[in-house]
Amino acid sequence: MTAIAQTPTETDAYNFAYLDEQTKRMIRRAILKGVAIPGYQVPFASREMPMPYGWGTGGVQVTAACLVPEDRLKVIDQGADDTTNAVSIRRFFQRTAGVAVTENTPEATVIQTRHRIPETPLTEGQILVYQVPIPEPLRFLEPRETETRRMHALEDYGLMHVKLYEDIARHGQIATSYDYPVKVEGRYVMDPSPIPKFDNPKMSDNAAIQLFGAGREQRIYALPPYTKVVSLDFEDHPFVASKADHPCGLCGSTDSYLDEVIMDDQGGRMFVCSDTNYCSTRREAGHIGAMAAPAPAQPQERRAE
Amino acid sequence: MNALAQTPTPEVPLLAVRDLHKSYGARIGCTDVSFDLWPGEVMGIVGESGSGKSTLLSCLAGHLTADAGQVIYDGRTTGPRDVLTLSEPERRMLNRTEWAYVHQNPRDGLRMGVSAGGNVGERLMAVGARHYGAIRSTASDWLGRVEIDANRIDDRPSAFSGGMQQRLQIARNLVTGPRLIFMDEPTGGLDVSVQARLLDLLRGLVREMGLSAIIVTHDLAVVRLLADRLMVMKSGRVIEQGLTDQVLDDPQHAYTQLLVSSVLQV
Amino acid sequence: MITIENLSKRFVLHNQGSAVIPVMEGAALHVAPGQCVGLIGSSGAGKSTLMRMIWGNYLAASGSIRVGHVDVAKAAPREIIALRRDTLGYVSQFLRVVPRVPSVEVVAEPLLQLGVDRDAALDRARTMLHRLNLPERLWSLSPTTFSGGEQQRVNIARGFIHAYPALLLDEPTASLDATNREVVLSLIEEAKARGAAIVGIFHDEAARERVCDRLIDVAAFAPKAAA
Repeated sequence: MTAIAQTPTETDAYNFAYLDEQTKRMIRRAILKGVAIPGYQVPFASREMPMPYGWGTGGVQVTAACLVPEDRLKVIDQGADDTTNAVSIRRFFQRTAGVAVTENTPEATVIQTRHRIPETPLTEGQILVYQVPIPEPLRFLEPRETETRRMHALEDYGLMHVKLYEDIARHGQIATSYDYPVKVEGRYVMDPSPIPKFDNPKMSDNAAIQLFGAGREQRIYALPPYTKVVSLDFEDHPFVASKADHPCGLCGSTDSYLDEVIMDDQGGRMFVCSDTNYCSTRREAGHIGAMAAPAPAQPQERRAE
Repeated sequence: MNALAQTPTPEVPLLAVRDLHKSYGARIGCTDVSFDLWPGEVMGIVGESGSGKSTLLSCLAGHLTADAGQVIYDGRTTGPRDVLTLSEPERRMLNRTEWAYVHQNPRDGLRMGVSAGGNVGERLMAVGARHYGAIRSTASDWLGRVEIDANRIDDRPSAFSGGMQQRLQIARNLVTGPRLIFMDEPTGGLDVSVQARLLDLLRGLVREMGLSAIIVTHDLAVVRLLADRLMVMKSGRVIEQGLTDQVLDDPQHAYTQLLVSSVLQV
Repeated sequence: MITIENLSKRFVLHNQGSAVIPVMEGAALHVAPGQCVGLIGSSGAGKSTLMRMIWGNYLAASGSIRVGHVDVAKAAPREIIALRRDTLGYVSQFLRVVPRVPSVEVVAEPLLQLGVDRDAALDRARTMLHRLNLPERLWSLSPTTFSGGEQQRVNIARGFIHAYPALLLDEPTASLDATNREVVLSLIEEAKARGAAIVGIFHDEAARERVCDRLIDVAAFAPKAAA
């Protein structure tokens, strides 16, 4: 991707970052309230966006409200910068906000993500925006919105553990592997969006601001920097941030979250870092995984910028 | 055995209701209701549909907001307090620790999508239990006490018969050792033989746990077997109260006489 | 132990033209510990009514019924509940129990109410049923299906299992064979020996002669107008 295209296009007709200033203001107010009450779901007047619900309309609105022209935006979907959803959202903001973009985690000032937290630790000043499909952690246990809101207000969270109890009763362990509920600063139980539970510990005490946007459900919530986030568990079934028990086939990393890739119809498979930027950065630094070198001719070339 | 060695009855009623009133617009739900419930007592409330007995129970249990009056409950740690003035968190805490509510329809009192063990364990977890093994063994113990086979612990209530569901609801309510249990037609909708088993179970639990109970029913046979005391309601008012057998065998009020004489055999 | 003074009773039948039926007036009675007083009088004279009033089952119109320290005529329900649990036993002619509860548990229940350990209570219930010659195979069955005599023995076992200081016996020997009649009479004698005050109705004259210290004809308590 090239530097910011400043040539006038039809998108110049739009306000900076697509949304009008009043809308961004409204969203910012919701964000500020969310930051002030970590883990609390703030209702906001979600707008129609030029993409379908489920494609990150909540995250996009939060990102739009946060962006300033100096920002450098990174967008990932399942850890990858190059999937359709990530590419479209990145392009959307390139065109409507004209901001710089990057795939390099440390360089980004705003990172919009679906289903992952980057492996590279975030730093102060960065903003991580999560796309959230269902913000209410109690939803599948208690369908009444009036009741779940009251339960949050009264810290009536016994039901959350019922869900974990059912997991253990049925599977012998807590089988919830993503969307794993957390408690924020000892107060609100929060849905971390469908990130793998491997990423849960990264939410706690994180230097970056973490913002969560649910477009269809019209909720925004937030974790200010260095917020304590604890995954719910039982004393005799403690929370474990699990991942596939393999090193990355490409970069050899043993501590990053892995995707399983099916290679052929004979059951051949490999495990690779789900965070593509992390993986390529490691390979550039000389780390080579077991399946990277002997691969056909050249290890799968990362698409150059 | 010394007959008078029994611990003296404490001087404070567990529940003291004074001039409770609830109307629905111009229509009276219940009015002028006053009574004391003492520890270990089971009180029945009978009356025909629309007599205000369910309204009264809902007001007592906090499901409806009374318009006037007092409901003074002698809390374990707090002492007597008017529960109508409690904040919502305090009321909820009371509802999952010292109070219990058994609905007529088990579907209203159970989580049908959650296993029997999870249903029983919920109240424990709600008050802070965080040890899976301990929660499960308590749940299993309670299933036994309500005569549900322990190997059904992971089955959902939807796979249970009506009688089992009702017993599960009772286990789920009693697991935190409440002191006061509200029951709305607990044997309604059950077969006669299933009713009998449930009645026996309730009697045993009430006795063993020293529970106080308020039971709303229209079934005079049920109150005769379960309740120490009886309150008869008509048009939102208490028209007669006293010892259960006394009210049933020597009713004083015209309506009670009619009610008792209308029953085939109690 | 049991003292009745100036007791009266009337029924008001609201649904039958508010008919007022006076059934008793100026009843008086005193039973000391260790005494048994028999109530006599023709059928319908008010023997059972008086008994039920002592039990708290019928409300008194006026007067007093002292059992121990409690005036049943004025007591609050919970005082009567406590009285029935600790002090006053009643062997009625009817057995009203939760269906499907085994006889042995029906008999043990008064002890369980008193907080006696379950095993101990069941042991004593078995001893009692054994003494009353109820076949052991019936102990685990509900008495609801029993014959009159069998039910009566369950009732008696239940009434005598706790050493109540005061006892009401309504035809305790009715429908019993000679052997069991003898057991019941000795139970009554033992209760008297330990100091129980007893009020009884016995149609069985020989039994009456044997256990009653005094007889009271309830006809004397009949309302003057109605007599």
